Formats: sequence, C-alpha cells, structure tokens
Amino acid sequence: MDLMKYSKPFALAAVLALVAGCGGSGGTQPADETEDEVTAEEVQTSDGAETSAAGEESGANAEAMGEDAMDAMRPEVMTIYFDFDKSNIRSEFYDVLNGHAAYLQANPDAQVVLEGHADERGTREYNMALGERRGNSVQRYLSLQGVSADQMEVVSYGEERPVVRAADTAEEHAKNRRVEFVY
Amino acid sequence: MISKTLKLTLLFLLMALMLSFKVQANLTIRITQGSDQTTPVAIVPFSWKGEGALPEDVARIVSDNLQRTGLFEAIPRENLVSLPSSSADVIYRDWRLLQADYLLVGSIDRADNGEDLVINYELFDVLAEERLLGERVTSSSRELRSRAHFISDRVYQELTGQRGIFSTRLAYVTAEPREGEGSYQYRLHVADADGQRSRTVLTSREPILSPDWSPDGTKLAYVSFERGRPAIYIQEVATGSRYQLTNYRGLNGAPAWSPDGKQLALTLSRDGNPEIYIYRLEERRLIRVTHHYSIDTEPSWSPDGKKLIFTSSRSGGPQIYQVNLESGNIGRLSFEGNYNARARYSPDGNEVFMVHRESGGGLFSIAALNMETGRLRTLTTSPLDESPSVAPNGSMVIYALMRGDQGVLGVVSTDGRIKYELPAERSDVREPAWSPFLN
Repeated sequence: MDLMKYSKPFALAAVLALVAGCGGSGGTQPADETEDEVTAEEVQTSDGAETSAAGEESGANAEAMGEDAMDAMRPEVMTIYFDFDKSNIRSEFYDVLNGHAAYLQANPDAQVVLEGHADERGTREYNMALGERRGNSVQRYLSLQGVSADQMEVVSYGEERPVVRAADTAEEHAKNRRVEFVY
Repeated sequence: MISKTLKLTLLFLLMALMLSFKVQANLTIRITQGSDQTTPVAIVPFSWKGEGALPEDVARIVSDNLQRTGLFEAIPRENLVSLPSSSADVIYRDWRLLQADYLLVGSIDRADNGEDLVINYELFDVLAEERLLGERVTSSSRELRSRAHFISDRVYQELTGQRGIFSTRLAYVTAEPREGEGSYQYRLHVADADGQRSRTVLTSREPILSPDWSPDGTKLAYVSFERGRPAIYIQEVATGSRYQLTNYRGLNGAPAWSPDGKQLALTLSRDGNPEIYIYRLEERRLIRVTHHYSIDTEPSWSPDGKKLIFTSSRSGGPQIYQVNLESGNIGRLSFEGNYNARARYSPDGNEVFMVHRESGGGLFSIAALNMETGRLRTLTTSPLDESPSVAPNGSMVIYALMRGDQGVLGVVSTDGRIKYELPAERSDVREPAWSPFLN
C-alpha cells in the first residue's frame, strides 16, 4: 500500500499544489488578482502535466534547501597559499583544511581535485613538480584527518594558470602560489 | 656599435616583417644588442631578368641571416658601388675601397623547364682576390626561401668553419587570451630559425609545454593537458600524426630524446614523487633513474648519451645534478646561486646552459656553466628568463623572457655578445626548442 502511494508522485504533488493554492489565497500578502487567477487554475485542473510541474517545483525547492545545508558545512575558503619554492602547509591554513576534512568525511560521495599551482618565477617543469608537491601536502594532511584517498585527486598546473598574469610584486606572486579545492 | 644606416635598415626590416606578420602570424626579429667586432660583407642583390617579381629577395635573406649571427655586418645596399652578378663583373678594388672583406654575388634565372629557378652564386675574399665558393642551386619558386637559407649556411660555413643553423627550425608555444573568457588558446608552432613560415601543429584550450625535437628532426615530444591531466605525446612534424606516450597518474613531464632517438628521459610521479625515468621506445620499457624524496625533473642527455643532467631540490633549492647512466653515480654540478634549473648541454658537451638565480639576487637569468672549470657565465639580464635551448652548432641559445607583460623569445650568442628577440603579436610566446640540423 505504501509503495503504491509513493509510486504515484503526482498524487502527492496535487496535494502540495492544493496546499500552495490555499496558502496563496489565504496568505498574509496582499492578494494580487492575476496571482489569484493562476492559483485557481492550478487547483482546478488536476491533469498530469500540471501536477508534474508542481511536483518539479517542490523537488527543486528541496534540492535548493539541500545545497544550502551543504554550503553551510563546506568551508568558504577554497584556496590556500604557500611560500616560494615551498610545499609545507602554513599553520594559518590548518583551520581551512580541517573544515574541508570535516566536510569530505561527512559527505563520502563528495570528490575534490586539489589543484597545485606555482608562481611564474623559475622553470616550468620544476614548477609543475612544485605544484604537485603542494597538492600532495594538502592530500596528506587531509588523509591524516581521516579523509578517504578515493575522494581526492591532485593535479598540478605548475605556473600555467596564474591568478595574476605577468605578476610583478611579491604580493602578486604570493597569490599564484596556491592549492585550489575544486569540488 | 651598429651604424645609423644599419639601424635604419633594421627598423625598415622590422616594419616590413610586422606588415607581413598580419598575414602569416610569424615571429618578428628585434635586435637588442649588437656587436662591435663584425666582419663587413657586401651582399649584392641577386640579378633576376625573368618576368614579374620573385617571391623572395634571396640576397636580403642571406644578409639578414649573416647579420643576426653578430659576426658579420652587411654593407647597406645604397652604398654598393656596382651590382655585379658573377665573377666576370667583379672589380676587387671597388670592394676594397668599400672596406668589404667578403663579397657575395648571384643571379637567378628561369630553368629550362620554364617553372623552376636556377640560382648561381659566388663568394669572394676581397683582400686575397680569391673566389671561395661558386655553386649552382635549383629551386621551385616555393622553395626559394629554403634555398636562401641553404646559401646562408654555405657562406657561413666557408667564412667561419662552423656549420650554419639557418636551415634549422624552432618549435615554440603561444598562449593567446580567448575573447570574453579567462582562458587561453594554446598553440604549438614550428617555424624557420628566423621566425618566418610559422605553422601551427597543435591547438588546445589546455596548456602545452616542453616540446623537444627528436634527433632526426622529424618528431616532437611534448606535454599536453588536453585531457585535463598532463600526458606526453609524440607527433610527426610533417604529417601531424601522433600518439600518447605516457598517461600515468600524476606528473607526466619534461620529455627529452636521447641522442640515438631510441629513448626518452622524462619525469613521472607515478611512484608518489617526481622522479626521472627513461622510456625505451622499442621495448616500451620504463626504467627508473632517480630515487629521492625531493623533486627530480628536467632531464637532458649528454651528447654521448651516457649521462643525464637534471634539476633536483635534494639540497634544499633547485640545483643541477648529473647521473652517470652506467654506474648510477650522481654528482652535483651547480654550486653558485640559489636557483639553478633546466640545464641543457652544449653540442660539444663542454658547457651546460641553465636558468640561474644569484644568491640574494632576484633575476632569473640564462647562464652557462663550464663543465671542466665549474665557472659560471651569466648571459642574460631580464628578470624572468627560462627554457634555454641550444642551437645545434652551439653558437646561439634561444630562451623565453618577459618583455613588459608579454612573453617573447630571446636569442643570445653563447659568448653573450649578441642578443635579439622574436616577439609575436597578441600572443605570449614561450617554450622554444631549437631543432637539430635538418640537412
């Protein structure tokens, strides 16, 4: 019986549409004539097309809510920075990494690419290796926090994708020496 | 010092090249440092009595080629007292008065088949009043430029005793910003050694780097990110056909052909860390060369194929090391400076050219390290020089530098006296690789 009920999602959707309709007509917002008309129409016509449309709407809402919840857990900071020719993680970024570790453990299906980058000084292939070591440092740290190896991949772009092109100042170079979390 | 007339000639040449650039997307040439010890040479425009204009000015190409070496100075055309086209018309006294040490004359005629061209050229030693060269070369009109490079090679070898590099080619990478996007269009090009007749051999929206010529000059190995991860490809230059050589997990980089063309040294991190490997093409077998937890990359073969030099951070920062492939012994080569990387042997194996930064200094320069004395010579002085590649006769090194916020190619003579640049419009140019001798 239960299975039967859920295998007909349009029935549920019709109920939702009805509720929405009721809300619309009896809401606290000042009634708008055109809106009332649309609502009335939705409630009146209960064919497949309309209900599935309503169903999609509610589905979309649920998804958006889910994403909001995930965003709250995923750290906002998606990039950490490194010293010149170094791949060790600066202590100021432990919190950021811990946040990503917690998120990845709470979401075993989440995948992250750790993109390693270098500034434009020095040679391209050495910087390719340096970018990978930076990515590996982050991967190692996250592993130690319990993140599964299957969830992480390191890709180095070396100096090929600078944030600041033709960087000149120390600050500009510093912005290019980084690992980006790409989910 | 370059004379005023020469400067004007160069400026005119530059403008002419820039105009031709719009059609062909070639590299232009900008001489940034001339030499004061040049041998004056008179190069007379080759006579042509056929119909219409020839597609190339052969004497001009020869003149530009010789001048770019920094060893010769072509006497400006407007100063030429007469325009001989064969030994019958040469009056040595006139050329002595003009202070020309050598004289090149020639003629171009339609061949008997009515299509091809016949070039007759002669080279004279003005002071000795002696003919040094006299040759007849046939050419289709399409190949005229190649023939001009061939004649340049012959003249250069006659006057210096060293093989010329005018018929060699360059491979390089350009990155052009894509309109309205934060991304780039990457292209791998092959061009003549003077930057002309540029041809795109690979286009990608992902980075391309580290092109390296096979010793027979028919193939290029390079790294391409076209599938989102770095992989090494080998491509035939003439046909464009290619295959993926490696696609291991992690880094696949820095391919370098062995002198016999049967092996490639490369960098892989498939065992967890960037290490040098040798890939034997016939056996499809991979041999690991280095075992160290630091970065090991940028391998390059000694001319005898018995050693590799490579960049390693095993001492802290990047320095140049050499591994003997028979004994496995590894020794450090570079000690001066706090950053030495991507070294390449000179063809005679006596020196290596590399990216060098002085201790406490901020400039990344191209420097030459003498393998016997350990002495270091700095050749360039712009802030971000990289990717040195040595011409097959050892006379010049091409490298990448930043001019303003544009990447351009620079060429410096191995004695540091001559410098010129090869910029391209709109694009960053980088990753030059000088071909071996092709003829």
